[in-house]
Amino acid sequence: MAKRKLVEIAHARSGDKGDLVNIGLIVRKPEDYPILLREVTADRVKQHFEGVCKGKVERFELPNLGALNFLLHEALDGGGTMALKADPQGKTFSTALLRMEIDVD
Amino acid sequence: MIRIANGQGFWGDSLEAPVDQIRRGPIDYLTLDYLAEVTMSILQKQRTRDPQAGYARDFVDLIARVLPDLKDRRIRVIANAGGINPMGCRDAVLERAARQNLPLKVATVTGDDITDRLDQFLKRGIELKHMDTGEPLSAIRAQVERANVYFGAFPVAEALGLGAEIVITGRVADAALTLAPMIHEFGWKEIDWDKLSAGIVAGHAIECGAQVTGGNCQVDWETIPDLADIGYPIVEAEPDGTFSVTKHAGTGGRVTVASVKEQLLYEIGDPTQYITPDCVADFTTVHLDQAGENRVRFTGIEGRPATNYYKVSISYTAGYKAMGSLVYTWPDAYKKARAADQILRQRLTRLGLRFDEIRTAFLGANGCHEIPTAEPTPEIEPHLPEVVLRVGVRSENRAAVDRFTREIAPLVLNGPPGVSGLGLGRPRVEEIVAFWPALIPKSEVRPEVAIWPSAN
Repeated sequence: MAKRKLVEIAHARSGDKGDLVNIGLIVRKPEDYPILLREVTADRVKQHFEGVCKGKVERFELPNLGALNFLLHEALDGGGTMALKADPQGKTFSTALLRMEIDVD
Repeated sequence: MIRIANGQGFWGDSLEAPVDQIRRGPIDYLTLDYLAEVTMSILQKQRTRDPQAGYARDFVDLIARVLPDLKDRRIRVIANAGGINPMGCRDAVLERAARQNLPLKVATVTGDDITDRLDQFLKRGIELKHMDTGEPLSAIRAQVERANVYFGAFPVAEALGLGAEIVITGRVADAALTLAPMIHEFGWKEIDWDKLSAGIVAGHAIECGAQVTGGNCQVDWETIPDLADIGYPIVEAEPDGTFSVTKHAGTGGRVTVASVKEQLLYEIGDPTQYITPDCVADFTTVHLDQAGENRVRFTGIEGRPATNYYKVSISYTAGYKAMGSLVYTWPDAYKKARAADQILRQRLTRLGLRFDEIRTAFLGANGCHEIPTAEPTPEIEPHLPEVVLRVGVRSENRAAVDRFTREIAPLVLNGPPGVSGLGLGRPRVEEIVAFWPALIPKSEVRPEVAIWPSAN
């Protein structure tokens, strides 16, 4: 198995809902979807956002789009207008996730 | 087939986009989304100063600018520009039309504003609990500014049925603006869950404007043509619930299966349960095909019955905040920014100022991502040409926040060297308006639809 960065096989978009961030993660080639399913687990995402996401991480599968949707709870310091973060609407969580290192076949 | 365009993804979006949607190709309906959550409070503040205000004035200027084109091309407009004063917005639009001697039928959808009924609800045991935390509204009742229900597409469709050329709403679910003309044109009923869900997915695809046509698009962004002239999205809808997303020929940007997927996943929760006032759409049933250049076809969409609740957005004041920034340059840019942060915090402590939160970000050195693996490595760090120190504070106490704003500029002369104040001046103290999402039984509120000039 070789190490690659997630950005090489997937693209993403993120946004906010209150204190929660959602990240849609989409595989570039359909044949790589099993890699996404295996490598990018809710636990790994929680670990990747250590110190940033203070609540749980949920993962939902959209096989029809070759995509996963992650919900990161308590990730925006209270959310929206309360947050003092540089990215109070969670727009760059997408690219932060794409930094993740994964094992590919 | 009908063509439904989006010309505004939020209040503050491109002023030219709606004009281009009208003039650069065929459309039947133009939808415009002006109301972010925070917008209602801004409008409230404006109305406190001027009772005639409280709606999106940009919308009135837009209509005045394009009215002859709307008439010529028989394009109908649906906008949630009414904010907290839809009648005022309607009157302003009618006045501008009269000045051009153009007759115009304008409908309003109201009844979403439940601010004055909150105590009555609470007394009757409707607790309006926070959807995420479960806390009852009584916890912040005294700080509440406004409460608005999100209505669905049916009252908007009713307004179109009355012959409205322009429909102005208060709070309506964003995607419902797109679904409404489909209900009106195709005669869809409240129990057509699959078709309603298709309309909602179409609305979700285009409600953020150019985010589906190549804007903020991560996949192969460098190869997306002519973002300077990016085309905004258009839905081509069929009576059977299938549709395509496209844009006008000759505009920039790109509509591909990949760009559409990014937008479909934007700000959703459980994809099998996308809850709206009209239906619960299942995003795992969406099938996408590249049906041509800049054209993606949607089929197979399924949904389920709507719930018995409307979502309510309640805004309330939650203290004050301010943000200050300074930029530190090479050598030791990051080290100096961190030192300045420590010095600033020591001074705030010495002044006896108390904050609910002090938050520092080092822009240029993991200020946005903030995850451990994004930290500059020891090899890179000494070479960083500059790092922006950005410090924010939040407190119930306005005076403390105000005092903080005086402590940024002095650091240029009495802190670490090689620093610029970015020409920003003293930070501004902002009152925080926060949001409380809740649910209310649908039986408690009723949308009201009216048209001017009236039928008689």
